[in-house]
Amino acid sequence: MSKIEIKSPLPGTFYRASSPDTPPFKADGDAVASGDVIGVIEVMKTFHEITAQDAGTNITFLVDNEEPIMPGQVIAEIEQ
Amino acid sequence: MAIKVLHHGIATSVQDLGRPGYFHLGIPIGGAMDRLALRAANLLVGNDEGAACLEAVFMGPKLEFTEDTLVAVTGADMPALIDGAPVPGWTAVKVKAGQVLSFDFLKSGARIIIAVSGGIDVPLALGSRSTYPIGALGGYKGRVLAAGDELPVGEGSLATEGRTIADHLRRKPGTPAELRVLPGLYWDRLTDAAKQNFFADTWKVAPEADRMGYRFRGGRKIEFVERKQSFGAGSDPSNIVDSCYPYGSIQIPSGTEPIILHRDAVSGGGYFMVGTVISADMDLIAQLQPHTPTRFVEVTMDEALDARKARAALIEEVRATFR
Repeated sequence: MSKIEIKSPLPGTFYRASSPDTPPFKADGDAVASGDVIGVIEVMKTFHEITAQDAGTNITFLVDNEEPIMPGQVIAEIEQ
Repeated sequence: MAIKVLHHGIATSVQDLGRPGYFHLGIPIGGAMDRLALRAANLLVGNDEGAACLEAVFMGPKLEFTEDTLVAVTGADMPALIDGAPVPGWTAVKVKAGQVLSFDFLKSGARIIIAVSGGIDVPLALGSRSTYPIGALGGYKGRVLAAGDELPVGEGSLATEGRTIADHLRRKPGTPAELRVLPGLYWDRLTDAAKQNFFADTWKVAPEADRMGYRFRGGRKIEFVERKQSFGAGSDPSNIVDSCYPYGSIQIPSGTEPIILHRDAVSGGGYFMVGTVISADMDLIAQLQPHTPTRFVEVTMDEALDARKARAALIEEVRATFR
């Protein structure tokens, strides 16, 4: 089994859900399909969806909700 | 010659040195946020220094070229790749027909300028090719780029590949970033403590910062001295009778979050301005990522004019590279 990193393409603020009232896109331990949204990044007054490029299992988030994020920073890891 | 946009990044737009002369009508100067980076990129590929380029923020676009040409990427440190192989920044690089320019993750700074020999040949709008997206003016169809766009490129000159800009001429913000500020007409609205705190505190770039305004948070709230509400001014202590806003002016609505107006600024409104970032430091703002720690440094008019001279000398030194 290998781990795949999902990195942020953007700086900004990371959110695990589309709004404070909705559940997170993915919970720790969830399986992920290619193209699944795993979070959004707010920058320049717009929200950008972060999608998984690969499918995998057991997602582990390394960035918390509402945390600042930098380009290239690892948001989450999935197992394959 | 054309450039095919395979991926647009997040807000890539055509920019040159802007359209001065219409701010009194509400149309801002626009143009590259980092003007030195635009001048340098153009000179590298043999263009007039004010030719139209692409400005990309945080994330680079993916571009395919239909003919052989020269390109240069300046500004932020975002590694450029041609067909996946890294090429140096601040350097004239040859691209062959059919090759693809793409980018790796942003390492530092915020905005890159991509110059191509001949310049981006979109029509002039009020004397400039710069894109003013909220006014749907200039650039490519008045908007930021989208995948599938095809950008016309002008006739290139005979520039040579491999030329580069010396490292000391690539001006970058420090850590924390320091922006020099001349206190303004409304300075006396602040309490003495607020005047000190504004310059003493370290602020952080807010994620909302964009081409219109750079917002900061994290410093102490600005308190105002008592006033009698002027006729026509709003009720908040940060309100004034509507006035003109200079480029670089710093408004602090309700005393909480300073906003520096940048190239796509609004031309007026009803917020007091604490001061103005000097022209010599406006390019530095272009390279601030969200959350960058930033300090405002008080200067006098004489210091501001000296900084302007030093900056003009720096631009002259960049030009001298090509003589």
